[in-house]
Amino acid sequence: MQDRGRLGVLLVAPALAAVLVLFIYPLGYSLVTAFQAKGGGFTLGNFAKAFEFYSVDIGFTLVIIVVSTLLIALASIALGGYLTLGENPWAVALLRWLYRWPLFIPFVVAAQCMRTFLAKNGLMNNTLVGLGILDVGQTIGFLDWRGIIITFVWKQTPFVALLVAGAMASLDRSTIEAARNLGAGRLRILFEILVPQVMPTLVVGLILSFVTMMSVLSVPLMISGESPTMMTVDMAFRINNYGDYGTANALGFVSYLMTATCAWFYLKRQIR
Amino acid sequence: MRAWIGRGIVFGLLAFIILGPLANLVLWAAAEQWYFPHKLPVVYGTKFWEQVFKPRGDALVSLVTSVWIALATVAASLALAMPAGYALARLKLPWRTAILLAFLLPQAFPSLAVYINIARLFYDFRLNGTMTGVIMVHTVHGLVFAVWITAAAFAAVERDLELAARNLGASGLRTFLTVSLPLAAPGILASAIFVFLESLDEFTGTFFVGVPDVITLPLLMFTASIAGNYQIAAITALVLLVPSVMFMLVIERFLKADVLSKVGA
Repeated sequence: MQDRGRLGVLLVAPALAAVLVLFIYPLGYSLVTAFQAKGGGFTLGNFAKAFEFYSVDIGFTLVIIVVSTLLIALASIALGGYLTLGENPWAVALLRWLYRWPLFIPFVVAAQCMRTFLAKNGLMNNTLVGLGILDVGQTIGFLDWRGIIITFVWKQTPFVALLVAGAMASLDRSTIEAARNLGAGRLRILFEILVPQVMPTLVVGLILSFVTMMSVLSVPLMISGESPTMMTVDMAFRINNYGDYGTANALGFVSYLMTATCAWFYLKRQIR
Repeated sequence: MRAWIGRGIVFGLLAFIILGPLANLVLWAAAEQWYFPHKLPVVYGTKFWEQVFKPRGDALVSLVTSVWIALATVAASLALAMPAGYALARLKLPWRTAILLAFLLPQAFPSLAVYINIARLFYDFRLNGTMTGVIMVHTVHGLVFAVWITAAAFAAVERDLELAARNLGASGLRTFLTVSLPLAAPGILASAIFVFLESLDEFTGTFFVGVPDVITLPLLMFTASIAGNYQIAAITALVLLVPSVMFMLVIERFLKADVLSKVGA
């Protein structure tokens, strides 16, 4: 048994080493650099500079990601609920086919789709004008922070909905039937029976989405590169234009803090 | 009847929201001229397709670069993940949960902040702007899928079958090669596809580590889009979409419920 344990460690070691060298070491390096002055030595100057220049973007990042996460949660509960409780098999099958199109679409491609779809003269406004719902003078473009939220929700909802719908499908149907027989409406069944039971899955999906959105560079760059924008754009700007690793890493540290709050909930769930 | 009208409106709206942006991409890819105030392209044609796919053109070079990087990433990930996955599924490991979570780390932290530092560290090893550097970054990012799904695939293999082979006198290695590996193959293939797509679609890491010499398809698409060449961007985007959509349609054939339920467990 001792031998098998050693073999196991030996087999896992190369993969672990890769994560250690190519992720954990640079991560530690970024944490140290965030608190380091140009000549070495401890400083909080990087953070002062980061907040002085980018406090608006830090706020926007938080708002964009929190709002997106909430909208994704609502949309995926609605989708999962309809897929589980929907009474018309045709409508359920149609929805199952429809909802997951954006699932494997890369963020760059999603951003390119939205860049032309949401523009003032994009296909969305053209269609609304064509259908007579809007007048040409009333159209507005969404290529700002709202566009970033729309793109995130469009891209990430199928992922969370897939997890949630899967979890709902594997629940015991008898409680649903019992509630239905007692006269509970579908909305009540959804929020009082289904959602509490799939909460762990929902939270995990949302946290993974949160972290993903936190590090996407292409969507904010392509939808709205002008200020106010997201911190990822500012980090890339500091590096590419000034080689300013101090400020960039200070911003990175702020983004770690935002996700660490989330990851903490995740870890608490995993290690029991 | 009333129910169907309501359903029709909701589904129509949903289809517009989900498929509209994609339809828009297809229109741009087919358009030769499209300008305000025209609601649809003015001239359709394949002029830009010829420009994108001309021999030795930028797009073709990028496509080949992207595919090579993705294949090498799959090879590297599987080489690391198959032993690790088997150990996590079958052998006694100290701190098993912690090890599983270690592979999740690259997806659990905002990766952009880490990539800029990898790029800086890579300068010392002359890995910036090289395929090797990009492959290394993609491999670590995809490792969580590779390790978790392979571990689940090995865990889903029935232990009795392995024991039977051992009882009939097969060695540990032979049992692994003739029983465990073939039975886990669909799951391993699924993880390979995941890693392939992750690598093919990866943008941020390549943006910092690969520039200026390694230009993958997503980077080419980004550059075209920022420069306002929407046709070129749309055509490149469609090329990127083909493998993604294909996988979406067949995912359930590779990832069976018995494997899925063991992912991350």
